Amino acid sequence: MNEASVLPVESHPGLVLLVFIPLLAAILSVLLDGRAARSTAVVTLAGVFGALWWVSAEVAAASQVRHLLGGWGAPLGIELMADGLSLAMLWLTWVTGLAVSAVAPASFAGRAEVSRLFWPLWLTLWAALNATWLATDLFNLYITLELLTLAAVALAILGGGSAALRAGMRYLLYALLGSLAWLLGVALIYAGHGVLDLHTLGVGLEVGPATWFAAALMSVGLMAKAALWPLHGWLPPAHAGAPAPVSALLSALVVKAAVYLLLRLWWWGLPALTGQGVALAFGVLGAAAMLYGSVLALMQLRVKRIIAYSTIAQLGYLLLVFPLASMAAWQGVLYHALSHGVAKAAMFLAAGNILMVVGHDRLAGLPQAMRARLGPSVAGLVLASVSLMGLPPTGGFIAKWLLLRAAFETGGVVWVSLIVLSGLLAAAYLFRLLAMLLRRPPGGEGDGVPDAHGAASLPVVLSVMPLLLGIVAVLLGFVAAPLLELFLQGAPFVEAAP
Amino acid sequence: MSQPALFVLIAAAVFAIGVYGLLSRPQLVRRILALNLMGNGVFLLLVAFARRNPETIDPVPHAMVLTGIVIAVSATAFALAIVRHLYRQTGEVSLGEDRPR
Amino acid sequence: MALYTALPLLALMSSLLAAVVIFLLPEAARRWRTLVNVAAAVVKLILVAVMLAGVMQGHEFGFAMMLAPGLELRLQADALSLLFITLSAVLWLFTTVYAIGYLENSPNRGRFFGYFSLCVAATMGVATAGNLFTFFIFYELLTLATYPLVTHRGTPEAMRGGRIYLAYTLAGGAALLAGIILLENAGGSLAFIAGGSVEQLAVDDPALFSIIFWLLIGGIGVKAALVPLHGWLPVAMVAPAPVSALLHAVAVVKAGAFGITRIVFDVFGVQTTDALGLGPVLAALAAVTILYGSVRALAQTDIKRRLAFSTVSQVSYITLGIALAGPVVAVGGLVHLVHQGLMKITLFFCAGNWAETLGIHRIDQLDGVGQRMPWTSAAFTLGALGMIGVPPTAGFISKWYLGTGALQVGHGWVIAVLVASTVLNAAYFLPVLRRLWFAPPSRDWEERLPGTRAETTLALLIPTVIVALLALGAGVLAGLSLSPLGWAELIVLREYAR
Repeated sequence: MNEASVLPVESHPGLVLLVFIPLLAAILSVLLDGRAARSTAVVTLAGVFGALWWVSAEVAAASQVRHLLGGWGAPLGIELMADGLSLAMLWLTWVTGLAVSAVAPASFAGRAEVSRLFWPLWLTLWAALNATWLATDLFNLYITLELLTLAAVALAILGGGSAALRAGMRYLLYALLGSLAWLLGVALIYAGHGVLDLHTLGVGLEVGPATWFAAALMSVGLMAKAALWPLHGWLPPAHAGAPAPVSALLSALVVKAAVYLLLRLWWWGLPALTGQGVALAFGVLGAAAMLYGSVLALMQLRVKRIIAYSTIAQLGYLLLVFPLASMAAWQGVLYHALSHGVAKAAMFLAAGNILMVVGHDRLAGLPQAMRARLGPSVAGLVLASVSLMGLPPTGGFIAKWLLLRAAFETGGVVWVSLIVLSGLLAAAYLFRLLAMLLRRPPGGEGDGVPDAHGAASLPVVLSVMPLLLGIVAVLLGFVAAPLLELFLQGAPFVEAAP
Repeated sequence: MSQPALFVLIAAAVFAIGVYGLLSRPQLVRRILALNLMGNGVFLLLVAFARRNPETIDPVPHAMVLTGIVIAVSATAFALAIVRHLYRQTGEVSLGEDRPR
Repeated sequence: MALYTALPLLALMSSLLAAVVIFLLPEAARRWRTLVNVAAAVVKLILVAVMLAGVMQGHEFGFAMMLAPGLELRLQADALSLLFITLSAVLWLFTTVYAIGYLENSPNRGRFFGYFSLCVAATMGVATAGNLFTFFIFYELLTLATYPLVTHRGTPEAMRGGRIYLAYTLAGGAALLAGIILLENAGGSLAFIAGGSVEQLAVDDPALFSIIFWLLIGGIGVKAALVPLHGWLPVAMVAPAPVSALLHAVAVVKAGAFGITRIVFDVFGVQTTDALGLGPVLAALAAVTILYGSVRALAQTDIKRRLAFSTVSQVSYITLGIALAGPVVAVGGLVHLVHQGLMKITLFFCAGNWAETLGIHRIDQLDGVGQRMPWTSAAFTLGALGMIGVPPTAGFISKWYLGTGALQVGHGWVIAVLVASTVLNAAYFLPVLRRLWFAPPSRDWEERLPGTRAETTLALLIPTVIVALLALGAGVLAGLSLSPLGWAELIVLREYAR
């Protein structure tokens, strides 16, 4: 599948650093507290950036980079592998992580307990994410998935309160069900083929009913974790109920880990199974998610809920690579994952600021005084929304264009209409949100929110971060050519002949 | 019936009971137990697979089960902690429908 | 001389930069904002003048960068671009001065002028786009930038107007996008090439050609307010007067008409379109729009609504001229792009002056206003007579070329449309003029700006008088080679000389 003309690099310690720097930092941050815990995050950011740069250079040259931990090979050893797709997710994690790490101290200021718990959990989450992007062994992936789940749920209930606890519990139940389904699938695969490595599994695979059953179990498990329709029920309360920086992480990264594995599993692990039937099934599921999520987002009355339902809808796009199955579709899906991550992080951080200043996140007109204070947040919200709608000049636009191009190449009028309709629906629910910022509040000063809501001044870093992420979302519209060149290394498709 | 096949059948039954419990019981502690049952079903399956070949025992599934048990313990502890918090705050031991917009 | 050839980019950046700076300025920084606004308008005018001189000497201007694999952002300035950007650059200067005077004491001026500049930047992009991809980017950006202007007042009616505006334009954008990608997929070139680049497709698959044609024309026809896609234009009248001027004369409707021109000339080619029988259908559609708009205008009692329906009618002259494949009729259409802009902006400025100075919104309140506000009323008279087409005004020139040109290519029915339209124009404009000058003053007005020495603020009056004189000059001095007429002839010569 991914035989490149250049030999893959076989041993690259940068991969190890990408996992172990955040993991060590997480352990350290439990022992330290306050400012010291924060500094471990700074060191992690710098270290991961360096390692990523290093690995990126190698991948650009050699399409794939591998590393065997401690020199142990399969089946008991742990192998790490990075290709373009891994790098895309690693970089997205780094950028989102940078933004979240920057706003967290201000966001949790005055809540010492929350702040103390945040750093170890977030750094653990980061280690788990990076391990997921790099692991190649199905059982190791089970471990990273569980680590991811436990850290993500713990973060989601960080704010406390019964609503958050309930949402977190629901999330945990779905996620554990998903993990066990995955594990059962892994056991069946191992029993049938004696292989756990994702890449050797695909070679010369004999397909039997047991393999199909295993693949179905693993996919359902991942769907529960990715909140793909119809297993999405846990996402809106969990993502809307978490503190803003956590929502950003959950929406931009955590759910994507499951979709990422879905792609890895079918296009790398089981390419022989990925025929028309499977492609159509996933296409229908994606379409359902896109339409259902959008319509539900249109009906919400709270800012964070709209953004959460939008995540359900936007994840559906990623499944379109199954029915469209071409290089153009792969480009579009990859770019969509990036643009959505950045835009969603911006939106959740902006929503957090609105919540902080206004005291609630209902869709009502913003009083004049608050409007001025929320200026940069609102600007970030606008830019990110434009990207989510797939309108130019943003990353989301490029992604939509590439996907549409793929849909036309495949000749499916249905897929074309779906993408166009879904873009219009996104515009509808997002403009409903943005209209709030333009509408004149009835009777002058809003619905009686006192100005003294502890929000007399929004810390600069909180205020500016959504805008910065929004600008990144726009810039993604201009740098697609070089980025895609790197992130397409090792793609499961080849460029169609012109 | 051969011994491995019996184990596989029992494992499947345990897993299925777990799934049924998870979906049908509202009480959170029961649901957590159900998840554990599901896990144990998979572990049993793996251990049975390790004996497929009577001459040699495959160590890989054993390693997987050991790791899996550690994970199951931590996940269970975490889930129980949430239940306890929820019980303290609301006095409830199950999740209602929550659909605020 | 990289900087010299990149002049289209610089002209665009001059507005874009102004927008960014204005967004960053605090609300209270009125002087700075005014300075930036006017400076940007003047700088752009200079840049456009340099380009104008360059194009006359046969220089080529262009700028290109790759945004994504196979997607190139390309700006270029040819004769047709310059016709449009000269118009918008000149009118933007006056609209800016007018808007500064108009919004003297209203809230949210920073936001207003930010989007105002963004809007003009998008217009520059539409005008200088060198391929359909670039055209689409700026076309959608124009939609996004005008929405906050339409809803500027934040009242329920304004929000409703904005919603309708978005529904129409975004749906149009979606159709346009689908059409563009379908064209690309069918093997057509996205680049604008004089005479078009899809003759082969017209031969191979005329049905597909027609689908693409109507997707593109339908998408752009929304902004050009082609019946039945015109519904947003009268509703968008809730916007402040300078915005209406911008919508009707400088940017939005013009971008639509310009887009139709661009697509018929440089994507499909006049001959190919005509040969497939698409041109006459489009012309018939334009004719229906001309008559429909005029009839509806007749029934309006609100000044701005009457002007809005008048726009629906008048803009379709441009489409009519383009759709009929003949050089002279094309000159008539193209020159009307400029003429209608000059005349319509005059009329809207006058309506704004009356509203701001005397609180007049309805036509029956205009009795005797000619005595109270002679300069404004004289300007209105010039614009109205031009619209009717009284010689030697600009409107007469347009109609003359349209009529004789249509005869030349054997479309005699156009004469009937022109005559009917002229009668209708007279029927809805002459009664207004009668009220202005010959009816006894009813004094059904309130003095809103007491203490101004002239009939109203100079910031409102001077732009009004100047654009009225420009409109007059365009007609009287039509014989000069640099007049709109001379320039339109140059463009048509290049298209037909192929």
